[in-house]
Amino acid sequence: MTAEGERWLPPPDMSLGRRAWLRQNLFNSWWSSVVTVALGALLLWATVRIGAWAISEARWGVVTANLRLFLVGLYPADQVWRVWLGLTGLSVLGGVAAAVYRGGAVRTLAFWLAASQVLLAGLAAVSELGLVAALALLLNVGATWAAWAAARRLPIAGRALAAAWLVYLVLALILLAGVGGPLPVVGTNVWGGLLLTFLLAVAGIILSFPIGVLLALGRRSDLPAVRVFSTAFIEVVRGVPLVTILFMAAIMLPLFLPGEIRVEHVIRATAGITLFSAAYVAENVRGGLQAIPSGQYEAAHAIGLNAVQTNLHIILPQALRSVIPANVGLFISLLKDTTLVTIGAGLLEILGIGRAVLAQPEWFGAQMEVYLFIAAVFFVLSYTLSQASYRLEAALGVGKR
Amino acid sequence: MGDQEPAPGTAMAGDEIIVCRDVHKWFGQHHVLRGIDLTVRTGEVVVIFGPSGSGKSTFIRTINRLEEHQRGQIIVDGIELSDDLRNIAAIRSEIGMVFQSFNLFPHLTALQNVTLAPIKVRHWARDRAEHEAMELLTRVGIPEQAHKYPAQLSGGQQQRVALARALAMQPKIMLFDEPTSALDPEMISEVLDVMRELAQSGMTMLCVTHEMGFARAVCSRMAFFDQGQIVELGPPWQIFDAPKHERTKRFLSQILH
Ligand SMILES: Nc1ncnc2c1ncn2[C@@H]1O[C@H](COP(=O)(O)OP(=O)(O)O)[C@@H](O)[C@H]1O
Ligand SMILES: [Mg+2]
Repeated sequence: MTAEGERWLPPPDMSLGRRAWLRQNLFNSWWSSVVTVALGALLLWATVRIGAWAISEARWGVVTANLRLFLVGLYPADQVWRVWLGLTGLSVLGGVAAAVYRGGAVRTLAFWLAASQVLLAGLAAVSELGLVAALALLLNVGATWAAWAAARRLPIAGRALAAAWLVYLVLALILLAGVGGPLPVVGTNVWGGLLLTFLLAVAGIILSFPIGVLLALGRRSDLPAVRVFSTAFIEVVRGVPLVTILFMAAIMLPLFLPGEIRVEHVIRATAGITLFSAAYVAENVRGGLQAIPSGQYEAAHAIGLNAVQTNLHIILPQALRSVIPANVGLFISLLKDTTLVTIGAGLLEILGIGRAVLAQPEWFGAQMEVYLFIAAVFFVLSYTLSQASYRLEAALGVGKR
Repeated sequence: MGDQEPAPGTAMAGDEIIVCRDVHKWFGQHHVLRGIDLTVRTGEVVVIFGPSGSGKSTFIRTINRLEEHQRGQIIVDGIELSDDLRNIAAIRSEIGMVFQSFNLFPHLTALQNVTLAPIKVRHWARDRAEHEAMELLTRVGIPEQAHKYPAQLSGGQQQRVALARALAMQPKIMLFDEPTSALDPEMISEVLDVMRELAQSGMTMLCVTHEMGFARAVCSRMAFFDQGQIVELGPPWQIFDAPKHERTKRFLSQILH
């Protein structure tokens, strides 16, 4: 034993200088050097081409001149303030939630809600909507920040906040749909654009999750009727494309309901998306349930918990946290699949609006601009979801323990 | 017969609190319990031992209905075990159980593991449940671990949390299924000490274990299980010093060496 071996040593410095890093990672052999140079050249060429096109040739007017259509569809122009007001409520509650739920996931969602409103404000400022709309969006960002700063100093119970969210959801729907008088009714058939995409995705996620969990539990139930129904539902829905389900919801739902009840397209589309997504949630959750050792059920029963309590307090908390990544992936697909309601249910969500805009003679040939814009919108939304999911996984210690 | 059963929930020291008559259990075609007769009195500690696969776990699990018996009768504190869900709930809230593999809830802290059932089943206020839970954790010697998760505890500490969790429901009977078999040797005594203290406090205990030192010092009777039957039942001095059956003798000589 040397004297050195008996002491606790600091770990050796393994960091590399910038040149050494480049050499080790990009130019460590002649072959890797060739790949690096070739890929670099390709990237440079593509950036220059697209950049040149985006600056000199692209007619971004197709986006700025139709921005209201893209955002809210045919929602009447003189009523659009209601959408902004709903967004303000969301911003305030988002700020409060970021302060109350200290985990990073909610904070990430609130941050991206604010960030995308800043981006949108920039776009609105140069568009038909003008500076007033841009200012309103920036005020929302300010509201998020103010609500966050204020809520951090207040003792707000998680339960109170959950109740506030519930109230908000109801109020926001009433605000958007209207009740007459000073708040004239706006039929859901004119809701469109990003507003509709967002509503369909949020409703689909919120509703399909509990239904999917129930289906997963039903599939393992001791009651044969429940088990057979759950299994049949899951297998049938997973065997059919979403568009088919949307078509069937449009045609078959009226057949089941008495003649005078007319279900609006948006409701049908939401129901179709929800049931479709629930079947996939159920399969994910089933995987999580299978991973729970039987000793957990036995211990829960032995201390006197009944079946519902066992699932609620012991099984689901463990099963659900292990399936978060898979479920977020599912919800990102759901978000993008809402585009199918244009085909399957005759609604104009953001992609449908894009095609409607392109059908106008003056914007003929502006496909590239429109689709790039829509792709960017979906990217921001999906990226937000996946970032929030990483934070949630980290907070819940998925993969640890 | 029925008239002589004590009214539910009124067991006194020395009364028959567990009565098993001709209990049979099959797993498919496999006859696992083949006519078990056993009566346990309040305050008694009965140790069950025997070769692996002889039905010891299955038997004690029938007593809190984690397994169903298919023939015979099990009466716990005057309540006969049947398919009636209310009976099962009533019996489970009187019986605590400790498992070989602890089975703590990994997503809850030690304290939450202990308070869960009192809060959800007994509907105690959180303050009261936490106060009692801290007393139990102190009794099993680990109050300072209350806010740790099971994964952060040693095996012996986990089993002691499991003991506190079972005791939190203030059971009249405790079932133990090889509580020290999964523990490293240096942790066995810390669990046995708590069990010994529990026995001295007058708890009725049914304990599957091969810790023969514990059995000799603590229990009132021992039951030797083999192939789904109680081959021999008697006080420890008889089992150790004058076993009546050849099979008991052979098994003891195997595990005592
Ligand atoms: N859930 C089960 N399904 C089928 N067979 C089982 C089950 N549990 C136990 N057995 C069988 O019953 C017999 C008794 O098991 P067990 O009560 O665990 O024995 P012991 O605890 O004495 O080792 C064994 O043969 C075992 O294989
Ligand atoms: Mg066993």
